[in-house]
Amino acid sequence: MALAIPKETYNGKIYNVQLGTGDKAVTIGGASALPFLGFEGTFPNKPAVAMEVMDIAPDEWPDTVKNAIGGAGASPAQWAKFCQDAGADMVALRLMGTHPDQQDKSPDDAAKIAGEVAAAVDIPLMILGSGHTEKDTQVLQAVATATRGKNCAIGKAVEENYKTIAAAAMANDHKLIAMSQLDVNLAKQLNILLSQMGFDKERIIMDPMSSALGYGLEYTYSVMERIRLAALLQNDPMMQTPIVCDIGVNVWKVKETMAPDADVPEWGGLEDRAKAWEVITASGMLASGADMLIMRHPGAVEKAKELIAELM
Amino acid sequence: MIIIGEKISVIAKKVREALMNRDPKPMQELAKAQADAGADFIDVSIGPAEDNGPELMDWAVKVVHEVVKKPLCLDTTNIAAMEAGLKAHNNEWGAPLVNSTSNEPERFPMMELAGKYNAKIIALTLGKGGIPADAEDRCVIASEIMARGMEYGVPMENIFLDPLILQICTMQDQGLQAIRAIKMFQELNDPPMQSVVGLSNISNGAPKAVRPIINRNFLAMLLYEGLSAAIIDPLDKDMMDTVKAVDMIMGKTMYAHSFLDM
Repeated sequence: MALAIPKETYNGKIYNVQLGTGDKAVTIGGASALPFLGFEGTFPNKPAVAMEVMDIAPDEWPDTVKNAIGGAGASPAQWAKFCQDAGADMVALRLMGTHPDQQDKSPDDAAKIAGEVAAAVDIPLMILGSGHTEKDTQVLQAVATATRGKNCAIGKAVEENYKTIAAAAMANDHKLIAMSQLDVNLAKQLNILLSQMGFDKERIIMDPMSSALGYGLEYTYSVMERIRLAALLQNDPMMQTPIVCDIGVNVWKVKETMAPDADVPEWGGLEDRAKAWEVITASGMLASGADMLIMRHPGAVEKAKELIAELM
Repeated sequence: MIIIGEKISVIAKKVREALMNRDPKPMQELAKAQADAGADFIDVSIGPAEDNGPELMDWAVKVVHEVVKKPLCLDTTNIAAMEAGLKAHNNEWGAPLVNSTSNEPERFPMMELAGKYNAKIIALTLGKGGIPADAEDRCVIASEIMARGMEYGVPMENIFLDPLILQICTMQDQGLQAIRAIKMFQELNDPPMQSVVGLSNISNGAPKAVRPIINRNFLAMLLYEGLSAAIIDPLDKDMMDTVKAVDMIMGKTMYAHSFLDM
């Protein structure tokens, strides 16, 4: 007797969200089953890999990833072009320099840089503030206006500042990244609040707050799993937005991606170890439902894309 | 829970007049309001409609489907009118629900129609012997109805067993019997049988002010035991909030502070 594979039936489906314009536009989401279970549902879109670019030089990044980027890090536009050439599906511009504790760049400066980056590449753009709740509202407003028509993903909107950032995204036809802090109920609540202010839930990308392998990855994994189960099994319209995982920023500050060979010879060579750390973190996020990843090392991006291609 | 919106009922004066005058507007307004409020089925009750049943049901189904893309719950004791409704129903938005059959011979043809038109059907656990005494009695009648369903080719998942809700003010013990029956119905088949109630019957005869309180609390208790569907007024916000709260407490929807606003 042939083995009958037990199949789960799902009621819901993840929204399709398109980013960018023209030939290089990227659509994420659309899944009708848990990640990569092709025998249970359909997956019209591959998870997208965005490479991170900053508005300041990556001086604080560990050498392994800084060296991989080389001279491109000196200019945001050049860096973005480098990412596009390295095979990234998207560029994620993080405006770290606008943070008051960094260079406290003005919203106008940020808008100018965002415009330059947008002009340098034709792949879609994600634009992230520095994570400073108040400053981000001004910065992202300016940036959203400067990149109007580019169909970017703007963020991250959090509970404290979502109104202004969502309004800026709405006024300039961008998509919105909504972040909650590792809490499935608060993730849902933020999406409800956004919908209540008139922001179309099908234009939201959820950021459940990522972490690095060995540093709480399992918490993110479990939150994402619950979000996806609510979306697919309970057909919860507020949980059916695609998910983005901000990986590089977490991975490239743990000791496994920085400790030199001589300090921990039993861990293997730093170069491969560090890249592997980013790829394995990415694989965990993909397995729990990530529709989009933000990564840093071109070598890790290449491997993550290979993994996605093999699993789809 | 599956919500069957009860507002289009021949008992309401506004609806009765609309049916009589073939005035689509009140029907369509009620249908749309209920669909927007979260009804999964819109009940279309035309009563016995002895004179022109088929033509009336045909008209009613078509005018409602002009404004809502939801399946309808066809509510009449007139067999010919039921068949006309099933023919007119647009199944693109889901199979219609026949309201209703029972264990009384004059209602058997309803089951036959459900089989013929692939419809879902409400089965009242009411037999020749009159009102069932307790939950066990209801299960005996349910089994007979289920056997008849098989005979007519109605899949068990298309049958919604109705324990028959009686007035709490005259038959106080029957409320609990109905709750017990909801639990027991599920044991009659694998996968479990679905169930439905005409909720507001529980408070018939009670003062107007206390009726909503009886209705809401009774619904919560029925839902706890696994009730699948209820014929209610989806425009009653307190009632809908009760449904949402119970669904959330039972883990069927995910909690968020604004869960009532969804």
